[in-house]
Amino acid sequence: MTNNGTAPKTLGKTRPHQTQNEALVFEKSSPGKRAYKMPPLDVPIVDPAVVLGEAHRSESAQLPELSEIEIIRHFTRLSTWNYAIDLGMYPLGSCTMKYNPRVNEAVARIEGLAEAHPYRPDALAQGILEVIELLQRCLIEITGMDAITLQPAAGAHGEFTGILLVRAWHESQGNARRKILIPDSAHGTNPATAAICGYQVENLKSNAEGGIDLEALARQVDEETAALMLTNPSTIGVFESQIHKIADILHAKGALLYMDGANMNALVGKARPGDFGVDVMHLNLHKTFSTPHGGGGPGSGPVACKAFLEPFLPTPVLVRTARTEGPGTTGLAGQVPETTGQLHWNYDRPQTVGRVRAFYGNTGMFIRALAYILANGPDGLRQTTEDAVLNANYIRAKLEDLYELPYKTASMHEVVFSDKRQAAKGVRTGDIAKRLIDYGFHPYTVSFPMIVHGALMIEPTESESLEELDLFVDAMRSIAKEVDETPELVKTAPHSTRVGRLDEVQAARKPILRWRPSQ
Amino acid sequence: MRYLPKSPAERQQMLAEIGAASIDDLFAVIPAEYRLDRDLDVPRQHAESEIVSYFRAAGQKNATDYASFLGAGAYRHYRPVIIDSLVQRGEFLTSYTPYQAEITQGTLQAIFEFQTMIAELTGMDVANASMYDGSTGAAEAVMMAVRVTGRHRAVVASTVHPEYREVLATYAKHQGLPATLVGYDSETGRVDLAALDAAVTEETAAVLVQSPNFFGTIEDIPSIAAIAHAKGALLIVSIAEAVSLGVVRPPVEADIVSMEAQSFGVALSYGGPFCGVIAAKEQYLRQMPGRLVGQTVDSTGYRGFVLTLSTREQHIRREKATSNICTNQALVALMATIFLTVYGKEGIRELAEHNLAKADYTARTLSQVQGATQLFRGAPRFHEFVLQTSEEPALWSKRLMDEKIVGGLDLGKWYPELGNATLWCATEMVTREQIDTAAKVLAAGLVEA
Repeated sequence: MTNNGTAPKTLGKTRPHQTQNEALVFEKSSPGKRAYKMPPLDVPIVDPAVVLGEAHRSESAQLPELSEIEIIRHFTRLSTWNYAIDLGMYPLGSCTMKYNPRVNEAVARIEGLAEAHPYRPDALAQGILEVIELLQRCLIEITGMDAITLQPAAGAHGEFTGILLVRAWHESQGNARRKILIPDSAHGTNPATAAICGYQVENLKSNAEGGIDLEALARQVDEETAALMLTNPSTIGVFESQIHKIADILHAKGALLYMDGANMNALVGKARPGDFGVDVMHLNLHKTFSTPHGGGGPGSGPVACKAFLEPFLPTPVLVRTARTEGPGTTGLAGQVPETTGQLHWNYDRPQTVGRVRAFYGNTGMFIRALAYILANGPDGLRQTTEDAVLNANYIRAKLEDLYELPYKTASMHEVVFSDKRQAAKGVRTGDIAKRLIDYGFHPYTVSFPMIVHGALMIEPTESESLEELDLFVDAMRSIAKEVDETPELVKTAPHSTRVGRLDEVQAARKPILRWRPSQ
Repeated sequence: MRYLPKSPAERQQMLAEIGAASIDDLFAVIPAEYRLDRDLDVPRQHAESEIVSYFRAAGQKNATDYASFLGAGAYRHYRPVIIDSLVQRGEFLTSYTPYQAEITQGTLQAIFEFQTMIAELTGMDVANASMYDGSTGAAEAVMMAVRVTGRHRAVVASTVHPEYREVLATYAKHQGLPATLVGYDSETGRVDLAALDAAVTEETAAVLVQSPNFFGTIEDIPSIAAIAHAKGALLIVSIAEAVSLGVVRPPVEADIVSMEAQSFGVALSYGGPFCGVIAAKEQYLRQMPGRLVGQTVDSTGYRGFVLTLSTREQHIRREKATSNICTNQALVALMATIFLTVYGKEGIRELAEHNLAKADYTARTLSQVQGATQLFRGAPRFHEFVLQTSEEPALWSKRLMDEKIVGGLDLGKWYPELGNATLWCATEMVTREQIDTAAKVLAAGLVEA
């Protein structure tokens, strides 16, 4: 159905109904159909109108009425309209679209974990608390930091928490300070975070290599600088090799180094931020530690910090009473010493920045991340990082003759090209990305970071085989050829999808954000 | 290393094609003194069977076979089986935020359906694609009201979930956004309207209440709205128990509704991931935080969906964005969408009525125990209520646990003025037998006390 009710121009494409024309769930509804059955009520029925009085809902919400098979088909059909890691390479730079192991899903649904109420007494929650404790210990070891909170619900929420720690520490020193330095290559969440923490954002211009300009940094850091928010490796996939000098410049003026851990997939098992001068950082369990992106969440954004920031962590923090070394009851083997003694939440934290979320965080994601760490072990985590970097460098080597490489600095886990050569033919990075869809790949990240004009930001992750990488390289080379020979083909892509390019201007001008019966 | 799809020979081949002698060459950019030259001190590589055993043991250690009367912002409802069948499809599970609309129509259409259902249930015009949870959603709603009104004060009911209030305090602290707390009426458990009227001024950006509130009592939303609107403040209604909307009148007088949708088919999972969502009157749309999915057409005229109005968001606006939120709770919102489709128009009402009946029976049964009194009887409630006991909760809790029952939540930490008060919740998941047993165990101690 088209928006104005007329028959669409199909351009000769056939559209089998199972995969192409699934209506909105509301349009499939008819009164009296049901997909549920309540058990008989074992207590006396009450009259809601009497019990609730004026608070009674007289008119039902217009929710759809369908049978179970229709619901299964509806959402299954919708699912087939999505591209996914399970279908193929998803080289979305900065997003770390790696394989999401299925055992993670299985263990997160184990009854005693999935059905645990957050306010159950600590004595009845020792199992989940042990999982949290072990994950905390692993993440502290991986980052080389001293303390951690798992409370933040996603990366940006972790940034918020981390900058609150920075602020609380400065306040404890007598001056909250005024500004946060952020490189022009940073994710948009960084400046947005600094702003909601009450800081002014000061832009730090990248140097010719796309990294931090030490002289500019030294000029800009002063006694009003609270911190530098640094992504390392940077958003162009480059490790800041002068990182210790950056930390020294900041620390000399009493400023702190915050690391955005979005790109930890390039470092796990190879280098630890805590060893190279970082004071506080966040991790994205949905990037580095394989919890599924789920179409945009849930995530989880733990914040790790050095000991001097520990008193400021959000409440509550997990503590173990009467900690004694000995064999644990869950029988997990490994180098991490197991402990006995009761775990409990400590709320008595006079210097805390407060709570950033109700309860303790996205616990279901903690379970998945720990399952991933256990499946890999120290050798697997290191090999994972090495493969991620190997894959990015392989793509770079195979494409740098056709696509402009604005920064020649060595790549870590991702490589950023620009569309400079293709733009000369009127084809932009967004067009190449759309054409990539026709070849069966999800596009790379388009037009980011902003320091690269017309960026193609490619992060293959470790999850791609040589065969898949070669197919991707072939596709990118083929598109480069098409740009030369048939640019229109690329500029009008994609040609193989169920819907063509969507009219975003119309969507924003007259927003239709919900279905209404009259439509 | 079962997740890594490369043989040793392929790695060598790739290194050769790159022109690197060894993998170490690719890490040479990291100064040597910062390269880790040892194994990480984490558990060794485990077989899948060992991983499953480890988490099973952890689950069993948690004690699974307890009846529970806990609620307080996290609710145990039945989760239809098809929710997990569908959300575990790789196309939903392993997809990213739907920026590339042509190949993410599945996620986009499902979110559009979610937005519609939330708007229908709450009585608002529009809803966003989700927030992290109810606590952060409430804080973001207050910040949204600040942007809409240009005012910088909030008035918050003390019957809003205490942890939601703590989160709001954390968010508000550095934005020059002081909050005034307003107490409750001791007969009804509802926000004290006279105190509210006194607290709201021409400088108030928002009044934040929760309904059903933390005590389970349904607030008098029309009266609260009148007080807020008289001074030009917005009314934000936080809803922690979404199932209540099946039978409780939606807060249509509110300007913004911030809801926790966990009750719609999302596992308790020790507190997360849950699913916040913000709904509002259409005129405040451009100040909403978070992602929005809108309907449009493609190049051939077909209906399609896209992320829209993104000029509000951090990746475009950076430090001037309406929020720093990026990742939200898409897959959890999908669970809620499927749940609401399963129950549908009639089912959500029937489910809510069952909850109402269970709570009514629980409240009557427990308050018949000598030494136990149900508080706040002067106003309607949904499926939670406050019970005051002559005996300290710690004592009878222990006896209940011996009978494999987790009783009501001790409110002493947050509301010491209520004495030995506990918050009880009865969803459709508790049985009459469990309720009767709880009453019996409670009675045993109270009679002596």
